[in-house]
Amino acid sequence: MLQFSLLKKLVILCVCLTGVYFSLPNLFSESFLQNQNILPQSTLKLGLDLQGGSHILLGVDKQAVAEEIQDEIIDQVRAVFRKERIAFRNLGVNKTDVRDGIAPVNITIAKASLFNTAYEALQENIPIVDTGVGSVLQNQAYLFSVEQNPAQQKITLYVNPLALNNKVSQAVSQSIEIIRRRIDELGTNEPIIQRNGFDRILVQVPGLQSPDRLKTILGKTAKLTFHSAHPKQTAEQAERRGAPAGYQLYPFVEDSKRKLLLRKRAKLSGQHLVDAQAAVDQRNGEIVVNFRLDVAGGTIFRRLTEENLGKPLAIVMDGRVISAPTIQAVITSSGVISGNFTTEEANQLAILLRAGALPAPLITLEERTVGASLGSDSIAAGKIAGLLSFLCVAIFIIINYRLLGFFAFFSLVVNLTLIIGFLSLLQATLTLPGIAGIILTVGMAVDANVLIFERIKEELKMNKQTVVAMDSGYRLAFATILDANITTFIAAMALILLGSGPVRGFAITLGIGIITSVFTAYMLTRYITVTWFRIRRPEKLHL
Amino acid sequence: MIIDKILPKNPIPFMSYSRITLYISIVLMVVSAVLFFTIGLNYGIDFKGGTLVQVQAKQGDVNIAQLRKVVNNLNLGDTQIQHFGNEQEAIIRIEQQIGGDNAQQQAIAVIKSALSDSYTFRRVEVVGPTISSELIYHGTLAVLIAILAILIYIWLRFEWQFGVCAVVTLTHDVILTIGVFSILQLEFTISVIAAILTIIGYSLNDTVVVYDRIRENLGKYLKMPLPELMNNAINKTLSRTLLTSLTTLLALFVLYIFGGEVLRGFSFAMIWGVIVGTYSSIFFASPLLEIIGIDTNTLIDEKKPSQYPF
Repeated sequence: MLQFSLLKKLVILCVCLTGVYFSLPNLFSESFLQNQNILPQSTLKLGLDLQGGSHILLGVDKQAVAEEIQDEIIDQVRAVFRKERIAFRNLGVNKTDVRDGIAPVNITIAKASLFNTAYEALQENIPIVDTGVGSVLQNQAYLFSVEQNPAQQKITLYVNPLALNNKVSQAVSQSIEIIRRRIDELGTNEPIIQRNGFDRILVQVPGLQSPDRLKTILGKTAKLTFHSAHPKQTAEQAERRGAPAGYQLYPFVEDSKRKLLLRKRAKLSGQHLVDAQAAVDQRNGEIVVNFRLDVAGGTIFRRLTEENLGKPLAIVMDGRVISAPTIQAVITSSGVISGNFTTEEANQLAILLRAGALPAPLITLEERTVGASLGSDSIAAGKIAGLLSFLCVAIFIIINYRLLGFFAFFSLVVNLTLIIGFLSLLQATLTLPGIAGIILTVGMAVDANVLIFERIKEELKMNKQTVVAMDSGYRLAFATILDANITTFIAAMALILLGSGPVRGFAITLGIGIITSVFTAYMLTRYITVTWFRIRRPEKLHL
Repeated sequence: MIIDKILPKNPIPFMSYSRITLYISIVLMVVSAVLFFTIGLNYGIDFKGGTLVQVQAKQGDVNIAQLRKVVNNLNLGDTQIQHFGNEQEAIIRIEQQIGGDNAQQQAIAVIKSALSDSYTFRRVEVVGPTISSELIYHGTLAVLIAILAILIYIWLRFEWQFGVCAVVTLTHDVILTIGVFSILQLEFTISVIAAILTIIGYSLNDTVVVYDRIRENLGKYLKMPLPELMNNAINKTLSRTLLTSLTTLLALFVLYIFGGEVLRGFSFAMIWGVIVGTYSSIFFASPLLEIIGIDTNTLIDEKKPSQYPF
């Protein structure tokens, strides 16, 4: 035990120096670090709960995606029967018969004699895939199976759940890009936007003063569409009698009681948009949003404005009417959206239009926002608690074990340096529970030393020589130290499974703390103790 | 050496009280279980879903009564309002809104527009039903996996009897922690789960140290009856057990007092867990092992002095 090979000494020295090297940047300011090239740049990465910021978990609205698929199937069925000249009724979604999270489409054939023809026509014209996701993709098929009920002249089309999942997954990939564009417009630093599982998106934006703006721009699908109004019927009439086929009542953004009767199918959609900017209308000082269309969009727009000259054209966002100006002239590539905007609203609309529409609505599943002031309060509290607990433990251990206690205290200092160094090196996020983990480590780290010292003391009581006692103390305590720490380490690993941000931070610091405390107690303290022992050769150990 | 002065010179006959302490532990576990199933835990929004808002008055102290009046007028269902940390701050808890994840967002928008004139929002947490049920699942899973992994590890390192007793001991600590959270109706959050997992590690740490010594003694004192041998092991490790608990408790008390309101639930759970863990490693783990019994013959051959691996 008293012999430390050169290699072992080097390892101890290297580990300690590496720890010091990587923890040092935390003592300096950012500007100082940028102007030097001796120390590494990376400091402790603070979690959102310490630096302030928003953590938002978004999920794709599966229901909306399902409805989109069902609508497409309904369109396909309608087209097939129109071509085959088969009369039908009750074409729609059967919400009472949900299979694998998605309801099937039902249809009743008018004439019993045509039932078989209808059933065959559907099977022939709409691709059905009842196998893996690969063939769903290849055949661009939604259907899983078609079932018939000749007695009721009813046909049911079941949707392949893989097709739904596939569409949800695609929506996530597309949404991430769009969300990134939207958030970049906010000008925040280092936002994290990443996929989380197959149907979720995690957005983490540090240091945002008003997360409300972030949420507003995340919460909007921003699907811009242009609709023509019903030529004769007014909204009031439609409200009384029900909307005619192909038309629907759309509420206004400003006042949901005010409605317009508009054609359901949009004449033009926002995908043709190439740019949008908030601006002030020179004529009346109103704040508006100017937009430009691509070539294809321009062609559609020209036809649309020609046909509807003198008639209102409604500009609809996410199913709500922004405004419905009367077309004054034929417009081709660019236009103006007005709608009594404030500057803020116009800017936001422009951002949303530039970034593009989300393929499906997103739902906020979880939100955790911490103000920057609370974050810095937490850091301050963490520092005080850390320092005080460190002092208490240090005083206690020195009083109790005197010189050896001082050695243990020294390795506790190294231990903390190592933890901070490793956290900086690995760029693991330090959260408030993470600070708690470090403080806990301070309390528990001395355990390994205590185990050894107590063992040495016991050996000394059996009247062994000091050298022998120290040797067997370290030897006998080792297995115990290992067992005891591995079990705690297992618990820390299980915590990482929990996955949630702050708690994960705790698990990481605890895990690192266990490794460094075993190293410092068993290697460093032993090395120091042995070196001291060889130099001083004391007759007795004061324990 | 303080500890030596406090502890009596002669070994304490812990094992002669083993039956009593075992019964006490069993009674406490039953009481905890009854409390859990009757009063139940006061689940935080992590597990129940809902909204938590920490506000700070822009001027002066928070008038809770007035704040309550404003919030109650918003018709958001069951709400709880209380001071948080100091007089200038308060925390508002709003129950899960009916109508899924979107309804939670509307609730928070309503709250913000009603309060933003006189309060600043320091923290907002909204957990929807999808996530809260996942957190329950993952939390339970993490605890179970930890227990299972530890059982396997102890089994490999010791005999199966040690493994089973160690796991029963840490289950004892977990149950008692849940019991104290039930009776005091402290908020049970995800960080309390983190504390429970750490308690599992810590309690095991203590138990393993004692068991390690029992195993060592089995090889050393071949003729010694089991209770006496265990008593020797507990006494030999007693000063270490108390010392480590003391330093850990020192750090935890500092954390409890100075670490801020957010960490209070966590540090309380840890303090309780360390106390219970220390108690159980002395008064529960060994009596349990005595009852289950160890096949002493299998252990003798395996006893070999450990070498330095490093």
